[in-house]
Amino acid sequence: MTLESDEIEITTGEYDPERRLGAEDPTQRHERWQVRVVRLHKSFDDHQVLRGVDLDIERGRINMIIGGSGQGKSVLMKHLMGLLKPDSGHIYVDGIDVVPMNEYELNEIRKKFGLVFQYAALFDSMTVEENVIFPLVEHTKLGRQEMLELAYDMLGKLNVPEHGRKFPAQLSGGQRKRVALARALVLKPEILLYDEPTTGLDPIQTKVADDMIKETADSFGVTSVVISHDMASVFRIGDRISMLADGVIVATGTRSEILHSRSHYLREFVETSGAVRFEDTSP
Amino acid sequence: MTTQAEAPPKHPIVRLADFVVGLPMGFVRGVGQHARLLFQAAAWAVRPPYRVRLLIEQAEFIGVESVPIIALTGFFSGAVIALQGVYAFRLVQAERFVGTALGLTLTRELGPVFTCLMITARAASGMATELGSMRITEQIDAITAFAVNPVQYLVTPRLLAGTIMAPLLTMVFNLTGIFGGYMAAVVIENVDPAQFFYTLRWYTDPTDVFQGLFKAMVFGLTLTLVGCFQGFFASGGAKGVGIATTRAVVISSVLILCLDYFLGDILLAVLSK
Repeated sequence: MTLESDEIEITTGEYDPERRLGAEDPTQRHERWQVRVVRLHKSFDDHQVLRGVDLDIERGRINMIIGGSGQGKSVLMKHLMGLLKPDSGHIYVDGIDVVPMNEYELNEIRKKFGLVFQYAALFDSMTVEENVIFPLVEHTKLGRQEMLELAYDMLGKLNVPEHGRKFPAQLSGGQRKRVALARALVLKPEILLYDEPTTGLDPIQTKVADDMIKETADSFGVTSVVISHDMASVFRIGDRISMLADGVIVATGTRSEILHSRSHYLREFVETSGAVRFEDTSP
Repeated sequence: MTTQAEAPPKHPIVRLADFVVGLPMGFVRGVGQHARLLFQAAAWAVRPPYRVRLLIEQAEFIGVESVPIIALTGFFSGAVIALQGVYAFRLVQAERFVGTALGLTLTRELGPVFTCLMITARAASGMATELGSMRITEQIDAITAFAVNPVQYLVTPRLLAGTIMAPLLTMVFNLTGIFGGYMAAVVIENVDPAQFFYTLRWYTDPTDVFQGLFKAMVFGLTLTLVGCFQGFFASGGAKGVGIATTRAVVISSVLILCLDYFLGDILLAVLSK
């Protein structure tokens, strides 16, 4: 299915590349937008995944990215912290374009980010405590005891302090995600990326994961970017919602703006979940 | 969302041309990709942070944990060479030369080749599986996400450990092989022990030992590079990891045998001058 141009509705106008930036200079640090993606393209062999993504990530808020399977949400997220190089386009993090950076420069930018992978991606040859102190071992000169204190402090805040000596294989899916979050938070990142954090969780665990993301954003003041299919989660915790379809952002806005959208595709995508009802916006 | 139309089937001549051109191109591409990984690993080896703990861990995995299997195969390889040698030399009443045959065969050829084939079976397959699993479960992406270079963290220590430990294990193979040969020739077949050791020492030069150890070093680097490459770039889930492991073992084993011939040829030409 290909989106027709008349289906693409501008909800707030900010994602429209022609009008979004206007006279703004994206190389200047913006008070509201911490990350700005401009005309991002990416192909794998003959398959074009991103076809000119334009997206703004709001500082200190929970930014949700929704979209169907295979639309390139994870690919977009990996671009944000330089795990993939785009074919063309720009990604400005606090006004600095990360696309032309080499590995050394990217590593400095990556320290601003924390990433919670879909299936946690904990190092299975290490214990939980070794997983959590991994970023500290690599990027600080703290003693092992201090690192462990920080790790257990973080594990305690996320309600999994008793699992420090266990290996990831001994934990449940929800516990693994909490440990992954502790590992991502231990270096105090400014931006936290979550790749489908509620996948594979039951409804109660999903609510717990949502609360965890919300609490983390509130307590640590981080900018959160969450990829999700789960519409209940999206509308429960998302401050700002953007929809990726057919390789471009087709709608973006606050919860209320999204709920007033007239985009046929967006309405169908969201309403099919049964979790959210649209306001009637018919003329 | 976009449904792409299937490409029309290619003409058989075009398919044949693709195959003929694709085979050498694939080989050259593969060599280039391995060389690139080797270059990256070498470049990261001389940049801080130096990952001594990871190097020791890999040396333990590749080297120390391989000692029992290497010693066992070495013992029986030496024993069977001596056994066959005694029977062959006995035809011309020259069994005392079994020590010579054993020494030269083990140090120059069988020591490095058998040792590295065993390391391939045990360690290169393990590396491909471990790195492949890390790739498909996004653990390698996680390492990158934490601003750590995965080649420096995962590949460099393995390459160094393989290059260092393969010659040491070859020495273990040679020593246990000589012991196995002694047991078969002297204890079982009643060859005179003094003559056994005399012919072994007299005809086996330090250059023969050096030749074998140098080969082992090259084989060690090769098998770890192939194992790491296959795992590091694995894709396609559990099946992809299985394919990576199989490829690691097959490619490493074939390369060891091919390189053995070319290195032997070069070393004989150089060392005989």
